[in-house]
Order: sequence, then C-alpha cells, then structure tokens
Amino acid sequence: MEPGEIHALLGENGAGKSTLMNVLYGLYQPDEGEILVDGKPLKLKGPSDAIAAGIGMVHQHFMLVPVFTVAENVMLGAEQVRGGIAGFLDRRRARREVAEVSERYNLRVDPDAVIEDLPVGIQQRVEIVKALTRDVDLLILDEPTAVLTPQETEELLTVMRSLKAAGKSIVFITHKLGEVKAIADRITVIRRGKTVGTASPTASRDELAALMVGRSVRLTVDKQPATPGRPILEVAGLVVDDDRQIRAVDGVDLTVHAGEVLGVAGVQGNGQTELIEAIMGLRPALAGTVTLDGEAVHGWSTKKVLRAGVGYVPEDRSVDGLVKEFSVAENLVLDIYDRPPFGKGLSLKPDAIAKSAKERIEQFDIRTPSAEAAVGTLSGGNQQKVIVARELSRPLKLFIAAQPTRGVDVGSIEFIHSRVIRERDVGTAVMVVSSELDEVIGLADRIAVMYRGRIIGIVGPDTPREEIGLLMAGITPETAGEPGGTAPEGPGNEDEA
Amino acid sequence: MSTTAVPDVAVTGVDEGFWTRTRKTGAVLLALGVLAAVLFGALATDQQARFTLSETEGGAALEINGTIGAILFGIIAAAAGGALLAGVPKRWFGLLLGVGLVAFVLSFLCWQVSAAPEGRNFMPLVNIVRGTFILALPLIFGALAGVLCERTGVVNVAIEGQLLMGAFAGALFGSLSGNVWVGLVAAAIGGAFISLLLAVFAIRYLVDQVVMGIVLNLLAVGITGFLYERLMQTDAQKYNSAPRFGNWEIPLLKDIPLIGPALFRGNIFLYLGLLLVLVIHIALFRTRWGLRTRSVGEHPTAADTVGVKVLGLRYRNVIMAGMVAGIGGASYTLAFYSFTKNMIGGKGFIALAALIFGRWSPTGALLAALFFGFADQLATYLGAIGSSIPSQFLAMLPYLATILAVAGLVGRVRAPAADGKPYIKG
Amino acid sequence: MSNPNPVSGSPDKEPATESQAAQNAVGNTDRAATTATAPKRPEEQPRPSLGRLFLDNLWAANTVTVTVLAVVLAMLVGAVLIIVSDPEVLATYSYITARPADALTSSWTVVSEAYANLFKGAIFDPEASGFTAAMGPISETLTYTAPLVFTGLSVALAFRGGLFNIGSQGQATIGVILAAVAGFALPLPPVLHLLVALIAGAAGGALWGFIPGILKARTGAHEVINTIMLNYVAVYLLSWIIVQNGVHNPNRADAISKPVESSAQLPRLLGDNLRVHAGILLAVLVTWFVAWLLTRSTLGFELRAVGENPDAARTAGISVTKTYVLVMVISGLLAGLGGSNMVLGSTADALTPQVVAQIGFDGILVALLGRVKPWGVLLAALLFGALQAGGNRMQSYSGISLELVTVLQALIVIFIAAPALVKAIFQLRAARAARLQTSLAKGW
Repeated sequence: MEPGEIHALLGENGAGKSTLMNVLYGLYQPDEGEILVDGKPLKLKGPSDAIAAGIGMVHQHFMLVPVFTVAENVMLGAEQVRGGIAGFLDRRRARREVAEVSERYNLRVDPDAVIEDLPVGIQQRVEIVKALTRDVDLLILDEPTAVLTPQETEELLTVMRSLKAAGKSIVFITHKLGEVKAIADRITVIRRGKTVGTASPTASRDELAALMVGRSVRLTVDKQPATPGRPILEVAGLVVDDDRQIRAVDGVDLTVHAGEVLGVAGVQGNGQTELIEAIMGLRPALAGTVTLDGEAVHGWSTKKVLRAGVGYVPEDRSVDGLVKEFSVAENLVLDIYDRPPFGKGLSLKPDAIAKSAKERIEQFDIRTPSAEAAVGTLSGGNQQKVIVARELSRPLKLFIAAQPTRGVDVGSIEFIHSRVIRERDVGTAVMVVSSELDEVIGLADRIAVMYRGRIIGIVGPDTPREEIGLLMAGITPETAGEPGGTAPEGPGNEDEA
Repeated sequence: MSTTAVPDVAVTGVDEGFWTRTRKTGAVLLALGVLAAVLFGALATDQQARFTLSETEGGAALEINGTIGAILFGIIAAAAGGALLAGVPKRWFGLLLGVGLVAFVLSFLCWQVSAAPEGRNFMPLVNIVRGTFILALPLIFGALAGVLCERTGVVNVAIEGQLLMGAFAGALFGSLSGNVWVGLVAAAIGGAFISLLLAVFAIRYLVDQVVMGIVLNLLAVGITGFLYERLMQTDAQKYNSAPRFGNWEIPLLKDIPLIGPALFRGNIFLYLGLLLVLVIHIALFRTRWGLRTRSVGEHPTAADTVGVKVLGLRYRNVIMAGMVAGIGGASYTLAFYSFTKNMIGGKGFIALAALIFGRWSPTGALLAALFFGFADQLATYLGAIGSSIPSQFLAMLPYLATILAVAGLVGRVRAPAADGKPYIKG
Repeated sequence: MSNPNPVSGSPDKEPATESQAAQNAVGNTDRAATTATAPKRPEEQPRPSLGRLFLDNLWAANTVTVTVLAVVLAMLVGAVLIIVSDPEVLATYSYITARPADALTSSWTVVSEAYANLFKGAIFDPEASGFTAAMGPISETLTYTAPLVFTGLSVALAFRGGLFNIGSQGQATIGVILAAVAGFALPLPPVLHLLVALIAGAAGGALWGFIPGILKARTGAHEVINTIMLNYVAVYLLSWIIVQNGVHNPNRADAISKPVESSAQLPRLLGDNLRVHAGILLAVLVTWFVAWLLTRSTLGFELRAVGENPDAARTAGISVTKTYVLVMVISGLLAGLGGSNMVLGSTADALTPQVVAQIGFDGILVALLGRVKPWGVLLAALLFGALQAGGNRMQSYSGISLELVTVLQALIVIFIAAPALVKAIFQLRAARAARLQTSLAKGW
C-alpha cells in the first residue's frame, strides 16, 4: 500500500477478503505469514495494536452501539477523561472532535444523534469518523456499499476521494466491478484465499470478472421461450412497512403468469424482502391486495398461503429456511409434517417421512451422510437444495425464490437454476428475486426492477444491462436528467459485474 | 407507575395515532381516580384521618375528614389522568403521573385510616418512611448488584444467593472475630464468592446464565442452611452472635421534621446504600468505566473492535456485583437479626423485579425498591390497624407491577441488548 | 431474545430427533466410543481389543460418565462440608502434624457413616428385616420421585419449545390449591373423585402457565421474569386461601386447610405402612406420553421446530405464538399434576404454606440433569428422590442436616452444566463432551 492510495480488493463472496482484513485488524490471528508496515513486521494481538499501528476498519456489519450517541461511539475505547482515577468522560471534547473531523472531511454527522435513529449511510460515516479520530493512516472498508442506496454510495465515493486527498490510504473490499473501476488506483483480485492477480482500473470489466471467478462469467441457463398462461399472482397497490415501521413497499403492482419467470432485480434493501414476506403472510400488508389464482390471499396466515399452492425459498436459509439442529428428513417436511402421509391428526409417521426423504435426497442430489444427519452439518449448497427440494415437492401454482443461489457453489447453482426452469415449464408461475443481476437476466422471462419500494420498470430479458442498471439506480427514461437522478456513470451500475 | 425518565432507555417514537402511550396511561389513571373517588369515598367514614409527623399518635399531624379526603384525592388523581389524556407536553408526563399515583394512594389511605378502629385511626409517617427505607434496603443493594451485572451483559438471577451468602458470612465471621468490620468484609467476600461462580461458569464455561443463577441460589440456600444447622444451631453463642452496627445520627440533618428521624438516624447500611446508588449512577453514565461497561452490555463485538477487554470487564463487574449484594445481605445480620435459615426469603427476586422495573438504571432501581418497600410497609401497617384488605394481596403488588411493566402495559422496558449472551471471540 | 443460539453454540449439539432419553443416557456409549477412538488412532491396529474399547468408552466424556463423575465430585465437596462443620473432627485437625491418623480416621468415620445412612435410607438397609422394613427405603425414594418427574418434565418440555419455565413452582402451587379444594369440597364417589381432583390440579397449573405464555406471545414479555413473579403471586394466593372460611380447617388454630377426602387420594401400592402411591405409576405413564408427544406427534414437531429456530418455523407456516402458548399450558399442566401429587398422595393431605415444598425449583435441576429428555428426566428424578429419602435418614441417624442434599443436588447440576469443567478435572477425552451441553435459551 502506498500513502494516499485507494486499493481495491476484489473477489467473489467467500473468497477470503473479509478474513484477510480481520487478520490485518487483529481480530483473527494468522496461522502463518506476517504483516509488514513501513517495512517492519507487525505482530497484532488485538484491535488495539492495529489501531496503534494506524490501521482502522469499517466492518461490513457496523460496530456501533445502537443506544449510544455518535460521540459516545466515537470515543469508546479511546476516551478522553478528567479527574484522574475516577475517569470522568470529557464529553465536550469528544463532541468537538467529532464535529471537527466531520467538518474537515465533509462527513456531516451530528455528535449528539443516537445511532439507532440514523439511516445506514450516516451510520457508516460515523464508523469512518471513529477511525479518523484515531489518526489512522490506513482505512479498511469491508463491503461498504452492500447496504447503501446509489445516492449514499455516490456520497461514500466522494468521501473516499477526499480522504485520499488528505493522504490516507484506503483498502476497499468489494465484489462490485463498477465501483472498483470508478475509484480504485490499484486492484488486487482474490479467489479462494489466494491472490490471483493485480490490475489497473483501466482493465476491462471482462478481464476483471474473469480473474474474479476464474471462468467465463456468463451464467447461461438453457431454456426454451416461455409460454405464459393465465395470471396466477396479482399484486395491486401493496404497501408494507419494515421492522422499524419505515415504509418499505410503497404501492407495488405486479402480475406473474403461469409458465413464466418474473425476475425482480434491484439493489438490496429496496423493499424486495418485505414485498415477498407480505405475499407470504409473514408481514402485514397495510394496504393493497394480493390475489392468487383469482382468490384474495392477503391477510391469510403463512400456513394457509403455503397450503394454497405456494412454494417459498426464503433469502436467508440459515435464519428462515432451515432448523439446523433438525435432521435432513425433518427439514424436508418442515411445512407439510401435519399433512398425510407424514402426519395424521396428532401423530407423526416417521416411516413415511424417512421414505420421502430418501427419494428427495436422490432426486435433488443432496449430498448428505444420511437422512438423519443434522442439516447444519451440510454445505451451503446442499442446505439450499434441501429447501428447494422441500418446496418443489408439492403441487404448486406459484414458486417464489429469494436469492436462491446466495453463498452456493457453482455446481449447485446450475442445478437449482435448472430446477427453477423445469418448474416454469410445467406451468407454475415463478418469481425470482435476486440482487445478482446475472441471475435475474439468466432466469427471467420478464424483469421487474424495484427501487425504493416501487416497481420502477418492467423490461424484457434482452434489455441492455446498462438500461437495467440505470433502472436499479432509480433512473427511468422519463426521469433521466431530473434533479436527484444520479449521473449515468455513477455507482448505480454496480451490479453490472 | 413508570418510575423515572431514564436517559438511556430510548422510547421508540413510533407514531401510534391518537392512542399514544401518554394517552393510554392517562386513561388508566383517570379511571383509577374516578374509582378511588367513588369507591374509597363511599367506604371511608366521617372520622378524621390523621397522618402524624412522629412515631406516635401525638404531636403535629396532618388531618383530613376521611370521606372528603378520599373523594378529594380521587378527583386529583382523575384530574392528572384527564390532563394526560387531553394531551400535554412530554416533559409534564412524569410529574403528572407521579401526582396522580400519589393522590390515588392517599385516597386509599384516607379510606383505610378513617375506617380503622378508634385509637388506631392514625398513620405515623415517620414509622412508615423509615420502615419503607429499611425494607427497601436489601432490595436496593440487590438491584444495584443486578445493575452492575446486567449492564455488562451477564444476567444475575443469583441475587438471592448473593444476599444470603453475604448475610451468612457476615454473621459467621462477625461472630468469630467479634468485629463488625470483619463481618462486613466477610459479607462482601461471601457475596463475591457466589458471583465468582456465576462469572466463571457463565463467562468461561458458557453455561446459560439464568440456569446458573437458579442453581447458585439453591447452592447458597443449601450451604448456608447446612452450616447453620451444623454450627449456628449447636453453638449460637460462638457462631451466630455477631456484633451490630449502631445507628449513626447525622448532625443537623437529623433534626429535619419527618425526614430527619426517618432517614438520618439510620445505620451504615442505609447511608451506604444511598451513596452507592449515587456513585454507581454517576460512574455508569459519566465515566470511562461506565461507557465501556454499557458498551459491553449492548454490543460486545463493537467494544472488542475498539480494544475494550470484554471478558475482563465482565469478570470484574460481576464480582463487584457480588460484593455489593453481599453487603446488602449483611444489612440483616450486622444490623438487625441473627442469621436464620433462608432468611432472605425471596427478597433477591424482588430486587430483580426492582431492577427490571427500574429499567436497569441505579436511580430507577432505587425508586422501584422504595415503591416495593412501601408496599411491604403498608401491608404491615394495614395489618396492625385491622384493615379488611388481606396483607397477601399487598405483598403481591411488587410482582404484579413487574409483570405489567414487562408486558409493556406500563411503559416499555428494554434490557441491555447483549444481556445473557455469552461473548465468544471471532 | 432473538438469538437462537443454544447456550454454548456447541457445534455438535445433540440433533433434536433422538429423544428416547433412556436409550440416550445409556446407549450413547458405543457411538461416543467410535467417534472418540476412530479419529484418535487411525494408523494403529484397526481393531482395538474389546477390553480396551470398553475402557476408552468409559473414559470418554459421554453422558453416563459425566453424570457419575458429577455425582462423585458433588459428594466429595459434600464430604468436605461434613468435615469442616463437625467441631470434634475439626479438633483432630489441630494436631494433624503430630497424629495425622486421628484426623483421617475421624474424618473417614463421620463421612462414611453419613453416606452409608444416605444409601440405607434411599435404597436398601441390609440390617432390615421383614417386607415393610426392606421395602421402606425404595418406597420413600419413589414417593419423593413422583412429583419431581412431573415438574422435571414440565421444565424440560418448555425448554424443548425454547422457553425457560422457572414457574413450575407457582404452577404446582396453583395445582395443589385446586386439587385440594376439589379433594375436600366435592362430594363424589371414589374413582371419579380422584380423577376430578387430578384434573382440577392440572387445570390450575395450566392456567398459571397460560398467563406467561400469552404474555410472551402477545407482548413479547420474557417468560423468565414473568414466571418468577408468578411464583410469588402463587405463594401469597396459597397463604391467603388457606385461612378463608370453607377452606380453613375449623378444628385447627394454625394455617391448615381441611383434609382431602380419602376418595380423592391416590391409592397406596404396597399397603398402608409404606408411603409409595399410584403417583409414581402416573409419572411413568406421563413420561411415556411426553416422550411420544415430543418425537412422534405433530405438536411435538412444531414445538421442537419453534424451540430450535422460531424464524424458520414461522416461515414454514407454524404459528410461533400459538406454539408458545400451548407449550406453557402443557408445561403448567404437568407442573399442576406434580402439585396435585403433594396433596393427593401420601406426603400431605391438606394445604399448608409449605405443602408444595421445593418441587418446582427441584424440577429445574431434574430437567437439566435429565438433559431435557423425558426418560432422562425420569432417571434424574429417581436420583433426586433417592437423595431426598436418604437425606432424611442421614439427618435422623447421623445428625447431618438435610440441607446437604440441596447442596449435593445443586453441585451435581453445576458439574453437569459445565462438562468442560468435569472434563478438565478428570482429564477426560474430548469425545462427545460438547454434546452434553444443556440446550436452552438466552438472556431476557
């Protein structure tokens, strides 16, 4: 690293970027190898050593105490105190420091605001302030844009430029090519824990992407043109709040027909999760209607929605999809354990459950030591196959898959994709939500782009990626050029990997 | 019945339409006030209800006609509720709620005192206030022990055991040495012994903290009960006759009417308890130790990333908590009573209730402890004047109040976010 | 509260499927052995001798070994307590350097006599003659075991559903009140009367479990806090109701209710001179039922799914709130049955403030010791019942306070709760130590 340099660390999910940086920050201990700072080897026993060595880090999940104020969070661990051994906090000084730093780098944070009341973008700036007040020379930003809106991303890039101008070095960890090209001075690509190459930002996207994944990036899905039938899912005027009672879905209308795949694209956090949860009855809809094959299903319980012929792959499999301590067999009947042949009245039929598990394991190529193994011991891809197998094992009218291949190995991705298409071909309406634009383009027959709780446009799969990228950034052909729209070259194109 | 507006408990400002929390509280208070005015007014007699400022019937007193008092205070409570319901600025909330509740209690007392038999129809306020503080004392120490523990993220259900061990160690070593101060130190160590076990098992061996707390309570009951029967019962002279702290009168302050005799002629534990509330409150919210303690209780990973030693701080605070509770236990055996088996009798759990009711803050816990102490004292008093209210129902009050508080019917309580979760690095 | 991690986050925690605890408590041995030995010595001779395997097996930290060692450790600590609390023995330690034999002999005498009495009171007294005297200890043990099975199951079932029910004590208290009132107030014929009294007790417990259940489901209020509070409310309710007209025994001055009619009492199994009663049979039956409920019923499936991962259960269409309420109702019902045992069995026949004893709190220990599995709970209750029965004899014959039993029980569970500690003390193989973790909930 050179002073005043922005060095991008590029790699797929799980390539080892974050681990590397956690070692650099002293959170993990290296098994072997050493770290050199100014030519001298550095032993880091903990984060305090890293801070002392001038290394600061902004974690992917913010390390902020939600009920503390900005000033309290910034001073934590490096408190200015008065009164000797009693150690009274010098709040005024902390506040002043926050104000100074925030002014110097144009970060605009209020020292007295309470963290949990602040939007994510501001919280991230608090993290940056936190690092800067500790006089770091090297700032590590771990996937900083994953949770940001395009505007916030643009602001972050501006902040990064001003930090660079002030002589700070930045390590920028990401898997989004657009951002890297926009800001990095030097790029290191990591794959499976190894450096596979360095490149300059002038390298073409294809070059970088090839380095990143180690093979041709194009995910091609073999499929015939769709033959859409009658409308199965109709959503009209749907309004949903998120956990913090902030509007997440703001009047969505969409229709999915039998025998087609509707892809929903968008930067994460634009209401996709809440939209699906509302359809599934997991989250109350404040207004609007959801109709399944002519029947109004809003207000129904999740069980009733599932029973009406909806299959659902939730986006976070370890939280919502599987009971890790349960066996593969039990997870395979998690939503039909009480229906024949698996359950009758109060009693469960273990034989039927075991028999069906054996069949599913074979059909869906689930690699497990046995049907009785706890599902938590399987690899991510096989866990995901358990969910897909479960949901595709009953007759469906509608199949909703959210982030169906996140954190899944390449082999399983292809398998899951082929299953999705097969489900479409038997006449099921399919809705795929993914933040990987490639996946959406590969699978979908129509693409709905979601932005700030609304469907901002519905386009065909042959639409140029740039156009979809603009939509994801909130720029429709009509609004382009209006105030508030980001520049077309901006980070809105981030997912164009 | 929400205690104070504790600065660290953020009330999520969700727009709830017309029925805000303030309005709901107001409506409940209004109903209570009307109920008091009608019911208590009807049941009260025309006798004078006397509230004497001394320990006896004589001397200066506040007097009011029973019926008039009951109705008047009921109306005041209803008015406070009505004001809340009508919608007042937020800063008035605490005051109006306080006024309303006090008025409700006064209305109730007007009925009870005026309906008491002749010769007993007075209430000696000094006794009541002093009794309230004395009964609240173990709760204050216990709740402070809870604050120290839970603010660092370790659930302390073992308060009962810490109090008991403190009481026992104080009595035993006080008796053996014949010195109160030795007894006091031993009590602190006794409490710390239980909390050290809690710390080791919860932090080092990652045993569920609630489970560990429950088991440690039983262990404390067992060990102290066993040694009590084996040693203290056979030779009380040698093992269970600890010297006691006398009352220390504080010059000038002791002469303040009502407050003076009730508060400033007390023993060391009373002063120590109140002092500790103040010290811990300031330390928690104004010092480096406090900031780090709270950060470890809320988000240990964040604290770790800025170099705070999470586990070390937890060990230290949990052991300190045990010492505080141990001293609280000694407030029995080094001030009032000889040690008896299981003498804490559930006070540790009321202390836990006070901690929760006081929203994990020292001053909140103090107020909650005083409220519970008052309910306890009131039960004794009503028993003495032959009230028709069964004492058992007053004794239930702290527990019922806590259930209501936790259910969110009276304000919102929120524990430190990492309370009860073991911290595993990496 | 949303943290679904078990206490330890232990990676190879018991898969929830295998719940036959009896099989588990005894039968884990072979599986533990294979996992313990296989990776350790891959190159050595592929088939170790049977004896070797047995020893490895024994020394591996499996459930049985850890339990036995925990009991041994607890009794060692208990022995130390006995010695330090005996002034005469302690006196011999003052000249231990001069005559060490004195100190050792006197210590050995007092400890061995105490524990011999514990054994004789709990299991068998070799000097006893005649059927009644020979069966006496077992009868006492089973009498103390029965209520603990119910409260242990109550706590264990709630644990499996992801809830920590500390309120078994309170639920048992309400159960005892209703069972007793039904027992003396209703004029019913023998068998029917007993049934009605049992049902009344169960209903009382269920009601007292429903309150924290519905509060948890509706408001998210933590069940640990609410059940603790309700325990005390129940205590005061009991002490209030005993002295009410129609409940209080008019012939007595102290706080005691009318006695339960004989038609509502659980029949004694071995004649009138031995206290063991039908409660223990009911306990075994209920254990079987709970085991069936957990592993072989749809309700048990829901309960376990919610207990392990409420988010996934909800996503799969299981109503988490409904399950929480149901878990607490069933858990309370079991505790209520335990309470009924205390007044319909042979322990007491009328309400007193102490009628419930400590069965609810002991039930927590029993559940933990039984690894929150039904048959394990039964065995754990048996151990605790034996300690209780033996403790009585130890108290009257050796003058060792009954409180020692409380100490032993608490210590056993402490050692069980932290297998890593027992392992460290005895240098056990790592083996399956991790899976011995009790699996339960989180903070507030």
